[in-house]
Amino acid sequence: MKNTTGFNIASIREDFPILRSKVNGKQLVYFDNAATTQTPKVVIDAIVSYYSTLNANIHRGVHSLSQKATEAYEGARKKIQKHLNAKNSSEIIFTSGSTHSINLVANGFIDLLKSGDEIIVSYLEHHSNIVPWQMLCEKTDAIMKVIPMNQDGELIFSEYEKLLSNKTRVVFVNHVSNALGTINPVKEIISKAHEFGAAVLIDGAQALPHFEVDVKDLDVDFYVGSAHKFYGPTGVGILYGKEKWLNKLPPYQGGGEMIDEVTFEKTTYAKLPNKFEAGTPNISGVIASGIAIDYINNIGLKTILKYENALLKYATEKLLEIDGIKIYGNTDNKTSVISFNLGNIHHYDIGSIIDNEGIAVRTGHHCAQPIMDYYKIPGTIRLSLSFYNTKEEIDSLISAIILAKKMLS
Amino acid sequence: MTIDQIQNEIISEFDMFNDWTEKYEYIIDLGKSLPVINDAFKTSDNTIKGCQSKVWLYAEYINNKLIFTADSDAIITKGIVAILIRVFSNQSPKDIVDAKTDFIEKIGLKQHLSQTRANGLSSMIKQIKLYAVGYLNK
Repeated sequence: MKNTTGFNIASIREDFPILRSKVNGKQLVYFDNAATTQTPKVVIDAIVSYYSTLNANIHRGVHSLSQKATEAYEGARKKIQKHLNAKNSSEIIFTSGSTHSINLVANGFIDLLKSGDEIIVSYLEHHSNIVPWQMLCEKTDAIMKVIPMNQDGELIFSEYEKLLSNKTRVVFVNHVSNALGTINPVKEIISKAHEFGAAVLIDGAQALPHFEVDVKDLDVDFYVGSAHKFYGPTGVGILYGKEKWLNKLPPYQGGGEMIDEVTFEKTTYAKLPNKFEAGTPNISGVIASGIAIDYINNIGLKTILKYENALLKYATEKLLEIDGIKIYGNTDNKTSVISFNLGNIHHYDIGSIIDNEGIAVRTGHHCAQPIMDYYKIPGTIRLSLSFYNTKEEIDSLISAIILAKKMLS
Repeated sequence: MTIDQIQNEIISEFDMFNDWTEKYEYIIDLGKSLPVINDAFKTSDNTIKGCQSKVWLYAEYINNKLIFTADSDAIITKGIVAILIRVFSNQSPKDIVDAKTDFIEKIGLKQHLSQTRANGLSSMIKQIKLYAVGYLNK
């Protein structure tokens, strides 16, 4: 592929050992990046190196190894803080993933909401940003309202404004829709919510791999993400929270690490961030997540975005050349995700056929059933691109889809 | 034919294919010949959960044998159900309960047994066997 974006794609691909593997006897073409991104060798090495040279429990030990492990762990927190431009590193909480982060916040609001309070969700959410809040509503009798979407897969901002009121307590919206790739106007959503004194949680799981996020500029109250979606390991999530909000929320889990003093009469809790990190955390994963942040910053998110947008444009044009392709989510402002169907062919049939050609895409409702209900379809085929993908891989996908069409028509 | 005989027949049919496209084209053809369930029986009770595609399966007990009909909104799934029906339909409940199902691996459809996909195919087999268990002592 012609190098137009200032990085060498061949050398980038060398960084990812899994991209050399074969699936069903064919060269792997990995287009399921919105589900999980592949792991560069530096991140894999960081995990191996941790267990080979650094393994010790953090925060407690006076011995040197424990102190080194603690430094590496807290160093990763500072990297994430800097990456998100948070004010303090204590505003970064490590969890097991975005879902865990959202549950932590939603659970904390049980004590802060009362019957009749309102919370606002968007139509474009992943189930992980719907269900924890529904559970919150069941416990508090708060009422959930939904920001509607339009045919292009965008939220209707004027409708959002109508939903806001003095009863609104929390608004939770994703930065980028996992099913369609739509980038939501979160800065405007946040500023509107703040006019009514509501807190805002932004699910950034699908944003962090693609572009720079500045929590100070967004003025967001909570921002969550998952390391395995930005080239880090599975099992590590991030929760950014403004200090004032994290101090308002009660601890989510009790245990070691999160305490100040414990007696059988009463326990006082540790300060941020430890208050929310009960038990031994995923130390190796957190350290490796910091390396993943270094890795994408070395390439540069602006470079990544430019390359991915070029791939998105190419893939969209090539797909639309196939008769019968319908793309869902046609906003100009989207990440490198294409959700589509081909005529009346079931997404499962296409996915099964092209899997035999070594091509990994996601089929189904993408944990976003309301969106599928909106379009009145059972699901789509979702192509989600990363900076290690190439035009040649897209050409392979197009050939595989044409083959599937021939076989299934 | 016994269930074993039908399974062996299917295994030898699948042995003839040189590559996956031939195999899938055959499955797709089988899908088109599936004994389709009466629309009236496409109820949620007859829906098999755990499939990415929708699957309906219905059984009738006639002359001490179970007769299966089914449908799916995905053609490959339909083909796979058609294979199962060819194996298990028109057999006695006891024979169905006792039948082995390793022919699925032998014809190279094991991937459809994976945790994600099928939950699909495993659920279909489970449902067929459950029907048979239900009629075992009748």
